[in-house]
Amino acid sequence: MRSCVLALALSMSALTAQAQDEAADPFAPLEARGTAPVEPAPELAKVKVVLANARVMTAEGQDWPRGYVVLDNGVITALGEGDAPQVEGASVLDLSGQVVTPGIIDTHSHLGVYPSPGAKAHSDGNEMTNPTTGGVWAEHSVWPQDPGLLRAAAGGITTLQILPGSANLIGGRGIILQIVPARGPRAMRFPGAPETVKMACGENPKRVYETRGPSTRMGNLHGQRSAFLRAESYQARWAEWGKKAKKAEEALERWEEENGARVEAGKKPKSPRPDPVPPPPDRDLELETLVGVMEGRILPQVHCYRADDMLAFMQLGDEFGFKVRSFHHALEAYKIRDLLAEHEISVSTWADWWGFKMEAYDGIPQNAALVHQAGGRAIVHSDSAIGIQRLNQEAAKAWRSGKEAGIELSAGDVLTWITLNPAWALGVEDTTGSLATGKRADVVVWTRDPFSVYAQARLVFVGGSLVYDMDRPPPWSDFEVGREVAP
Amino acid sequence: MSRMIACLALIPGLALAGPDRHELPQDLAQADCTALVPKKGLSRVYLPDGPKDNVSLVLVDGRIAAVGVELEVTGDTAAWNGRSCAVVDTSGRTVTAGLVEVSTQMGLVEVGLEGGTRNADDHGGPYGAALRVVDAYDPRSTLIPVTRMEGVTSALVLPQGGRLAGTAAFVDLAGATQAEALDQGSPAVAVVASLGGPSRAGALADLRAALDDARAFARKKVPFSKDGAEGYLTDPRNLAALQPVIERKIPLILGADRAADIEALLRFAKEERVHIVISGGAEAWMLADDLANSLDRPVPVIVDPMVYGAGGFDQVYGRADNAALLEAAGVPVLISTFSTHNARLLRQSAGNAVRGGLDHDAAIHAITVRPGQVFGLPRRGGIAAGQVANVVVYDGDPLELTTSVTNVFIEGRAVPLDSRQWRLFLQYQDLPGTPTQALPLPQE
Repeated sequence: MRSCVLALALSMSALTAQAQDEAADPFAPLEARGTAPVEPAPELAKVKVVLANARVMTAEGQDWPRGYVVLDNGVITALGEGDAPQVEGASVLDLSGQVVTPGIIDTHSHLGVYPSPGAKAHSDGNEMTNPTTGGVWAEHSVWPQDPGLLRAAAGGITTLQILPGSANLIGGRGIILQIVPARGPRAMRFPGAPETVKMACGENPKRVYETRGPSTRMGNLHGQRSAFLRAESYQARWAEWGKKAKKAEEALERWEEENGARVEAGKKPKSPRPDPVPPPPDRDLELETLVGVMEGRILPQVHCYRADDMLAFMQLGDEFGFKVRSFHHALEAYKIRDLLAEHEISVSTWADWWGFKMEAYDGIPQNAALVHQAGGRAIVHSDSAIGIQRLNQEAAKAWRSGKEAGIELSAGDVLTWITLNPAWALGVEDTTGSLATGKRADVVVWTRDPFSVYAQARLVFVGGSLVYDMDRPPPWSDFEVGREVAP
Repeated sequence: MSRMIACLALIPGLALAGPDRHELPQDLAQADCTALVPKKGLSRVYLPDGPKDNVSLVLVDGRIAAVGVELEVTGDTAAWNGRSCAVVDTSGRTVTAGLVEVSTQMGLVEVGLEGGTRNADDHGGPYGAALRVVDAYDPRSTLIPVTRMEGVTSALVLPQGGRLAGTAAFVDLAGATQAEALDQGSPAVAVVASLGGPSRAGALADLRAALDDARAFARKKVPFSKDGAEGYLTDPRNLAALQPVIERKIPLILGADRAADIEALLRFAKEERVHIVISGGAEAWMLADDLANSLDRPVPVIVDPMVYGAGGFDQVYGRADNAALLEAAGVPVLISTFSTHNARLLRQSAGNAVRGGLDHDAAIHAITVRPGQVFGLPRRGGIAAGQVANVVVYDGDPLELTTSVTNVFIEGRAVPLDSRQWRLFLQYQDLPGTPTQALPLPQE
């Protein structure tokens, strides 16, 4: 108990020290306590390799028919068109006829929280006990032995966001993972990735909570607005405490300066000792998440299908001063693509899913292409343990549907739908999502044009480590160990 | 294949399919005779025994009238057998028979989660062989145009739920009435049964009992009575519906992924002397030889090439080359999306079977010709004289994701590449879409 009090006092003093900086976020040090890893990040061997003579698609506008990419110590150190340079100490892979792209990024996955094989005991993706559960973290549900993670890597996925389900108005924190083998999900956290939160509008919450509420779309918005109002009060309480704490600390410091030596020497202080720093407000994990959203620190990932539902949610954002980072599924994004582009909200959608419920009835396969054409950020996501194995195919279909509607797109444009644009939606676009010098070596070598149905990811590098080789698929999941023993 | 496709772009003046493909010329829309002619060559037609280049086809009155004939083409018409036929130029195009989705609830479900639009579910009784799914089929479902414009021209529509779900229907994805959509030659093509429930052994015991009753019913010819026939497990009407199954005129379709379940079903089929079709079959490759050498004919398997790996405990040994291994062993492979709203993705499913090792021609065969063979539909034999004129034209490899369908013919009629989804696109091609503007005042 004593050590707890001490730890709290220590973190409090860290807090008040930070409070002197106007921009400081009182929750950052508290959050850091919740994310400190137990298990060290796996130390994976990093390659030093020249990927030579391949078609290189950078997702930054270049599509070289023959080019090279150099990976060294986890980062891309050089790339270009034509002959590869000599790199001392590097292996050289001659990839004639093959294609190099950035690693594929999926903004919407439930791997680990709804893992394979489907089992009731592993159904950990929806905390369906309350419509607002902003305090839960998908990370705490991820089963790192999910065989689906290796299947995703086999599809060229290097980074993915694992989200809670869409039962709740505020479903909880997502987690952005790099696909590396590890004993716990924390060691798979994408280094430096921001926090994200899943929220949902439309049919799912009102269906799940039909009897206790919300049972209508207006009930959905009421629930979300009420939660953000509570978060505003919470934010104000902490801000007020921050001021008081700062004042008290300063008074204590002054007193210490004036009286410290006197008291040490056994003399009477000049004035009575000021009040101690007041105790902080009780922490509320849900409201902390929402405060993070309002402060722009936590990126909202919002499940929403219908155009009018998205507009209502954008209004919620305006009311509480936050911006949706990505609408997920967003089958009617095409109807409001101008507004989404204007508000810089990305659209994570499928190539062609539709009709499974009313809010999915107006889905059209040109959705992604139309968003792109309007200047928005189009993203093809999976939301599926099957789809994530072939996100390149999903993008190819969305491309073709756009072409059939007369929308001009290049292969490079389409590649950004599954690389750079999702990287942006997850706030990791500075370190991954395209081939560029200094970026992480998240790279896929494809057997052929990645938009062909016959293409396979041959080699997958994550942070410069080779995590998948189609000719030597590694055994990752304990679930699949020993299956060959019988009969 | 890919080399030929690469050549397509070299033909001068030949563009890949664009938005104009959605406009069906008037003469083609009304034609009851159409000639598909590769005027400039570089065309490939997938015939029942494999692909052949630069073959002309003639479609007359709903049937394929001729394959590989020399035609005299004048402008937009060709003369054949004294008739003047509308011409579709298939230069640089590929042509297949209409694609067939063999496991769907197309026409039974409009919106997945809306109960009032669903007609696919458990009808309440465990034995419903007498249920005829065609009674619920809606030829005006918006799913049908969405599906056929991707080349899927026909579907095996399956009932669901209960031990014996009912009798499936084979439909063409065209026609304004159930009667027009239904394949006239064969109103009953299969009975759907299920191993679902708490005990698979119990399920098989149930099915054996139902078949025993059906045989007893056939022998005694017990008349239908108001009180029902005591002693039978089920209403005699269901036993009547099972007669074509025990006579081995139509198969039982049974879903099974786990190798052990497939083994049990093979034993069941042998002992009960019925034809079965395995649906799913994730682990079927483990029993490929047994399936190929079952009783008097190989047991067909409907596979989903998109799904492999430990999706469930029944699929732990699933693998990407399942279809390829089955085909190599001589098992008749069928390919399905197992989807209702996205049965249009059948080409992608077949393409993924090829990605997993299945021969390209075999994959096309599996989604065009084989369904007719497995379900005993004599007029569904692919592109050959006398067959139903379900024909699809593409601007490239039919299985490639970036290939577009350019023409669809169902029962010889050119079908517009149009759907509610395409109309929504047109509606929102220019924003703000709907609503657009206030109405003008009426003219007095």
